[in-house]
Amino acid sequence: MDISFDLLINAIVAGLLLGGFYAAVTAGISISFGMLDIVNIAHPGFVILGSYLAYFININLGVDPILVSIFMLPVFYALGALIYQVYHVSFEKRGQDALRGLAFFFGLLFVTEVSLILVFGVDYRYVEASYIGPSIHLGIIDLPLRMLVPCVAALALFGLIELFITRTFTGRAIMAVSQDQLALQLQAADPIKIKRIAFGLSIAVAAVAGALLIIIQPVEPSVGREYIGRVFAICVLGGLGSMPGTLIAAMLLGVVESLTATFYGPSWAPAVAFGFLLLTLAFRPAGLLGR
Amino acid sequence: MNTAKFSLIMAAIGVVITLIAHAVGVDYLYFASYTILQFIVLATAWNILGGYCGYVNFGSAAFFALGAYSSVFIHKMFPLPLPLLIVIGAVVSGVVGLGMGYLTLRLRGSFFAIATLALAVVLQTLVVNWDFVGGSRGAYIIRPEYLEIGSFKIPYIEYLFILMLALAIIALVTARTIERSQLGFGFATIRDDELAAEACGVPTLKLKLIATTLSGAFMGMAGAPFPYYIGYLQPQSAFGLEYAVNSIAMPMIGGTTSWIGPLVGAILLGTAQQYATVTISSAVNLLIVGLMLVGFVIIAPNGIVGLVQERLRRKRS
Repeated sequence: MDISFDLLINAIVAGLLLGGFYAAVTAGISISFGMLDIVNIAHPGFVILGSYLAYFININLGVDPILVSIFMLPVFYALGALIYQVYHVSFEKRGQDALRGLAFFFGLLFVTEVSLILVFGVDYRYVEASYIGPSIHLGIIDLPLRMLVPCVAALALFGLIELFITRTFTGRAIMAVSQDQLALQLQAADPIKIKRIAFGLSIAVAAVAGALLIIIQPVEPSVGREYIGRVFAICVLGGLGSMPGTLIAAMLLGVVESLTATFYGPSWAPAVAFGFLLLTLAFRPAGLLGR
Repeated sequence: MNTAKFSLIMAAIGVVITLIAHAVGVDYLYFASYTILQFIVLATAWNILGGYCGYVNFGSAAFFALGAYSSVFIHKMFPLPLPLLIVIGAVVSGVVGLGMGYLTLRLRGSFFAIATLALAVVLQTLVVNWDFVGGSRGAYIIRPEYLEIGSFKIPYIEYLFILMLALAIIALVTARTIERSQLGFGFATIRDDELAAEACGVPTLKLKLIATTLSGAFMGMAGAPFPYYIGYLQPQSAFGLEYAVNSIAMPMIGGTTSWIGPLVGAILLGTAQQYATVTISSAVNLLIVGLMLVGFVIIAPNGIVGLVQERLRRKRS
């Protein structure tokens, strides 16, 4: 019984660490899908792009992956703003965002994945950093640093986004645009500009999430697909755009996945997210902390 | 042109194609055109839901693989003739489509799209963990050299080709019939304004469920003969992203509002890919498909058919 108790505690701790990381990956989706109602299914593609940039610079220049991702923030922000502009002009303005907008993002996801395959091949890639490998032992609990560091970084990032959204003018404008675009317009704020900033931010966050991902596990171009189900499950379960809800949902999914992987085998873990998604959609589509 | 007349013409075209292919008698021709026909079925099936109702299904690969794996399963239990397997594949995929639709179609449109994406991942997980159908190792199906019924004997690949040709014709006739029926008009109201349709008394949920079931069933049909075609079925190939991408890209590039669009798109992209796979590489040709999809939805939202229609209209006026 003792051994399985150890196992259980460790699985839960590992799940919480994983959940923290999931929160970082989902933060971008919570902004774009939850607040702006843009179904950016290409988001995991940008996360993987972030992973590969972190990998490329880490291997060639020896820079810490998280540091790389912080330098990448403006680049990804600009990319996000550009994508939003194209999306807005081509689909949102014409009222075609439902069908063609989705196909557009699907195409982007696919193009990103295939381009990465063409440039880097399908081999798994990983980064080198001092905190990959050692663990901290607290009694019966093992805390591998390669999980702990990303989790802490993710939570810090998550806190910053929450602060930005609730405390700054632009952040509040983003909340406002998600509630009533017309009302915002009547206050003489430009909703398109606000949305562009918000979408840029969501893609910028993907750069950091990507760097964290490649610390946690080796990455190959198609890994992103596994995250589509996950991030949307978390986002929907968290209540579409509610940041605290997203964090709770991410932790919950992390723990359940970790328990599944420990007791039934890791090959079953990807199915958990889908189960979550379907159950949420069927029974509580507003999510845990939904409005 | 009414449906009966159209079906007859399509059947006649089918017979002519079969005879020409038989006269040429090159195996590669069968292999290549089987793939293109398979894409015609997939693209048409996708378009029944995507083009007519405006609901995006990203999980075409999942429905396709469901058909393929139900064939593998039954092949291992008690071998049945292929046409029966196709019917079974259609039923399995149709039922899954119905279930998915029932759970997600009552909500916002984007939820359905996301759920279909996730469905592909989960079904792949199930198949990878299910040893009876080969698990992650894959399953071998030995394709007989010939199909013999009494004294009648044709190469098996020709048989597969004829079956797929028949499926493509059935899919096209169905799509065209829907387009011109009350069902099709119902679908169009959902695509244009679901709320208004609902308010006018259109049973939107019921219509959407019909569309998902039909669309899923056709994808399952396209997948059912696949294990016999490929000989060695592996989760990676059955759930390949190229099915999901192509079945979206083909209608989008061809044009989503009529049955001609997916047909044009599938023939064009299918042929180009067959050519590019042989001459360049399969990764590059997938990149081209992706870029074309993105380009077309931005520049020509109504696809090739839309471009042609616009040109004709301009000429007339």
